[in-house]
Amino acid sequence: METLHFRHSTKKPAAGSKPMAVIGVVASGNLEILLERVLPPDACEVAIETPIGGFGDVWEAVVADFVARAQPGGLRISINDGGARPDTVSLRLAQGARLMEA
Amino acid sequence: MTDWRSEKTARDARIAAGRAHAQGKVVRAEAVVDLLEAVLKPGDRVCLEGDNQKQADCLARGLAACDPAKIHDLHMVQSGIVLPEHLDVFETGIAKQLDYSYSGPQGSRIAKMLYGGQIELGAVHTYLELFARYFVDLTPNVALIAGVSADREGNLYTGPNTEDTPTVVEATAFKNGVVIAQVNEIVDKVPRVDIPGDRIDFVIEADKPFYVEPLFTRDPAAMTETQILIAMMAIKGIYAEYGVRRLNHGIGFGTAAIELLLPTYAEKLGLKGKIATHWALNPHPTLIPAIESGWVKQVHCFGSEVGMDRYIRERSDVFFTGADGSLRSNRAFCQTAGLYACDMFIGATLQIDLAGHSSTVTQNRVAGFGGAPNMGSDPHGRRHPSETWMKAGHEAEVVGDPALMRGRKLVVQLVETFGDKLVPTFVEKLDALELAKKTGLELAPVMIYGDDVTHIVTEEGIANLLLCRNADEREQAIRGVAGYTEVGRGRDRAMVQRLRERGVIRRPEDLGIEPLDADRSLLAAKSIKDLVHWSGGLYEPPARFRNW
Repeated sequence: METLHFRHSTKKPAAGSKPMAVIGVVASGNLEILLERVLPPDACEVAIETPIGGFGDVWEAVVADFVARAQPGGLRISINDGGARPDTVSLRLAQGARLMEA
Repeated sequence: MTDWRSEKTARDARIAAGRAHAQGKVVRAEAVVDLLEAVLKPGDRVCLEGDNQKQADCLARGLAACDPAKIHDLHMVQSGIVLPEHLDVFETGIAKQLDYSYSGPQGSRIAKMLYGGQIELGAVHTYLELFARYFVDLTPNVALIAGVSADREGNLYTGPNTEDTPTVVEATAFKNGVVIAQVNEIVDKVPRVDIPGDRIDFVIEADKPFYVEPLFTRDPAAMTETQILIAMMAIKGIYAEYGVRRLNHGIGFGTAAIELLLPTYAEKLGLKGKIATHWALNPHPTLIPAIESGWVKQVHCFGSEVGMDRYIRERSDVFFTGADGSLRSNRAFCQTAGLYACDMFIGATLQIDLAGHSSTVTQNRVAGFGGAPNMGSDPHGRRHPSETWMKAGHEAEVVGDPALMRGRKLVVQLVETFGDKLVPTFVEKLDALELAKKTGLELAPVMIYGDDVTHIVTEEGIANLLLCRNADEREQAIRGVAGYTEVGRGRDRAMVQRLRERGVIRRPEDLGIEPLDADRSLLAAKSIKDLVHWSGGLYEPPARFRNW
């Protein structure tokens, strides 16, 4: 098990006002994401628990692209990974951001 | 004086020796070994019918049980190395040389035996190549084939899985060879004559029906949102763009997802009748919803698929069927159709390098080629135009007299950037190169050469290689859709951006596709059971796919 933390500052707060959302499942090749609106509106934190070590730079790139695209200011995002591929991670993150818009 | 009939004389002697173990042409299953030992000679070239799907397994067991003191040093020339017996004969010395095409399930064992020097390998061929060599320099002395039934005269009914049989028999029977067929049953009258009896010398009623592998069944329940997204991009960015009507699909989940999006997503785009109407394809169960929705005009098949027989019988407007009603497949003809009469091949692969070369070889596995290199190549012998072919040709070639311009076949690789266990699809160097070095192959087993590939589709976008004007652009176009793989992260961001502005790279948003819309609800069938419903109960999936 490897734990990773990323902290980004954003230009905008995440759209919407929903306080919390969960998406995905912890299954092989998939992941579960918890999004909470608990941080200052210009900050985003992502914490990852993954069973597969050695992919820190890939996670870093995936998270940086997501933050740049979605501008998820104010969100603390916790990822419980089941060995998902980066494209699945990107998709779930985008789905999570959309859920928070409600 | 020259004897111009020595082969015929030798053949007559083989037949006479075999007759001692037969009643007329009919041989009992228990006498297989005796028959083979009587007919075969050391050093013979032998085709032991191992197709992509159908296996002459009773004859394979018989050959493996022959006495290596009597039968040895055979040269095996067969398209499929599929059963353990196909390699057992090399361990015992019964066989020595091998020329073949496809070795899916035996891929790792073949690599080990090549490395250990137990097999003298001629070459790994494409199907059409090996079939062609049957008529030039690899003509079999003896062919051991499989059919569904035969009469006592040897008239053979191959059933829906005709596959390679007519080609193998043609090459053997008309060049002084001996043809031995195993059948599931001997009958008074066969349902239809696929091979006339005068080309069959011996018929064996096998101890059990020949084995057929369900290779083309993809369970919609296992399809992911990423595969659906890739399928949406392919439909909108390639099928619609080029008006692709005549095509061949690979056997992966990506193309199966496309099949399931035709009656839903593609229908909404107004593409019915404009794309995907004429096919060179095995009877994929996932094509059923598109057929039932009136999308598909015609399908010619390489082989059949387990469980599809009743459905095919009831859809003879779509499939090629015989007077008896059942499917007539033919691998050689369908490969030719795929090569010359289809405007697009689209399929998956395991590795793609920076030049676009692709390979399904991974470390220690020689899976062989099958048909993909034929389908997935631009046939320079083609002379008939089509809108699709001409449009692709125009994109690739921008100078000279248009009347002297060639069209181009679309060869599309549909891949996810990472495979199972986070193995990257995009690599700097193909594993095939290392394997070729280790096993002493003169040519690395490349499935599709980069210069034949026209498009690569991943979840990150479509790279149109036709529009690349030099090797640098090509490399960056590939890196630009390689996602978070090392190859993808190693991109020149500015150049990738310029390629995107020119339409060489297109992202989902450039195609008007929202990745969050890639949802399983778009699939016309979400399970095998749904496919059975679409077929009106005519599709009968094998037990392992019945999970309800």
